Amino acid sequence: MKVVVDLNRCQAYAQCIYAAPGHFALHGREALVYDPSPDETARGAIERAIHACPVRAITAYPDAADATAGEAR
Amino acid sequence: MTTPPERIVVVGASLAGLAAAHALRERGFAGRLTLVGAEPHRPYDRPPLSKQVLRGLYSADTTLPCHPELRAEFRFGQPATRLDLAGRVVECEDGSRLPYDRLLIATGTRARPWPNPAEAALAGVFTLRDRDDAERLGAHLRTKLQRVVLVGGGFIGFEVASTCRDLDIPVTLLVRDAVPLAAALGPRLGGLIGEVAREKGVDLRLESEIERMEGAGGRLTAVILKDGERIETDCLVAAIGTLRNVEWLDGSGLEADAGGLRCDAFCRALRADGRVAEGVFAAGDVARWPNPHDDDALVAVEHWGNARAQAETAAANMLAGDASAMRRHDHLPDFWSQQFGLTIKLVGLTEGADALAVVHGSFKERRLVAAFGKGGRTVAAAAIDSARWLPAYKAAIRERAPFPPIENAVDQPRIRVQEP
Repeated sequence: MKVVVDLNRCQAYAQCIYAAPGHFALHGREALVYDPSPDETARGAIERAIHACPVRAITAYPDAADATAGEAR
Repeated sequence: MTTPPERIVVVGASLAGLAAAHALRERGFAGRLTLVGAEPHRPYDRPPLSKQVLRGLYSADTTLPCHPELRAEFRFGQPATRLDLAGRVVECEDGSRLPYDRLLIATGTRARPWPNPAEAALAGVFTLRDRDDAERLGAHLRTKLQRVVLVGGGFIGFEVASTCRDLDIPVTLLVRDAVPLAAALGPRLGGLIGEVAREKGVDLRLESEIERMEGAGGRLTAVILKDGERIETDCLVAAIGTLRNVEWLDGSGLEADAGGLRCDAFCRALRADGRVAEGVFAAGDVARWPNPHDDDALVAVEHWGNARAQAETAAANMLAGDASAMRRHDHLPDFWSQQFGLTIKLVGLTEGADALAVVHGSFKERRLVAAFGKGGRTVAAAAIDSARWLPAYKAAIRERAPFPPIENAVDQPRIRVQEP
């Protein structure tokens, strides 16, 4: 899946780190680093992190079905 | 009242382009949606490139999450080459023609290349903007380098310097100005970051520039500084700013130059004669717009938050019908940087600020919020490892509240106003 964190919003409450250890981490007091492309098996943990984030900074969706193109309509 | 659009084309398949596509669908646009991207990749996130991707933490795949029901047609590796305003058609490099009812221009910027082409072509000389740049530079950093020389006193230069120190690679950072990061943070905070960089082992040279590079067998071997010093190195990263991707608009009749694509308060692109180009909008790094927080001074904001916010405003206005239903882009510029274990955040624009007041924490703790004043009004606030306090200052900046914001308050009796 694909994950992005709005780091303008992030205030380092670190709830994602407890919800999905191994996919989110703090470097220093507030610098959040995260896995932008975790394996599909991490879905449950990532979803817990999304819901645990008090400032709603995390967005994730499954990998696109077709990695190169998708026709509209 | 204009007719609702059936075909929307987005030129630029990056953060702004993808955010616009999501916003269009969320607002009920059910027609044909095409995203045209010059790069061969799906839309990806750039901020991690100078940090965790170079360092080799986690995956280097920073592809942005895309809603499974987005129903967009992507055309990757296919730069737009021409815009026909009268015919409402975008032409691509392969000769294909994409008709539109509404067009969003979100072509962004590219790294400013090193000005001497012969030196720029040496193996070991890099710029950093795209995913491919990060991959190449990252691979080079893992080859046990002698020393990395970074050119540029902005955030990319400092972030790459920080990553190199994390990897225990010796770093020399050349900054042309007397104080690093002063344009964005002012001299006081910029000076603090410079101090931290030096403590972490960065050989930081201020007021320092390269006279020439030396190479052997097509590979970089050393740089000679303007003061005559020679520094042996096998890797140089030029982080000397960006150029806006507007060349493809030459001859289109739009008002576009090195400063960006001129648009109005509603993200509508303007023609060279000042009239609105019907159906054409702009968002992200390429857009130059009147900033309501600075008396409508024109600004191009090359930050992540603006790319998303402006794309969402443009998307709303693309579907709004006529101008009376449009909303103005009034995003308060904001950004973050992570380096040397610190998180630096800013809201507002510090340009022209004439005063600074530390309102939480202190320089000594290296944990603080500083408010910036300009002519007695609050115009920006910066946080170092104090992100939770920063949003409280947004209202003061939006309303241009008197500066300093809380002088002589009961709980903050010792706020001292100083030079920024």
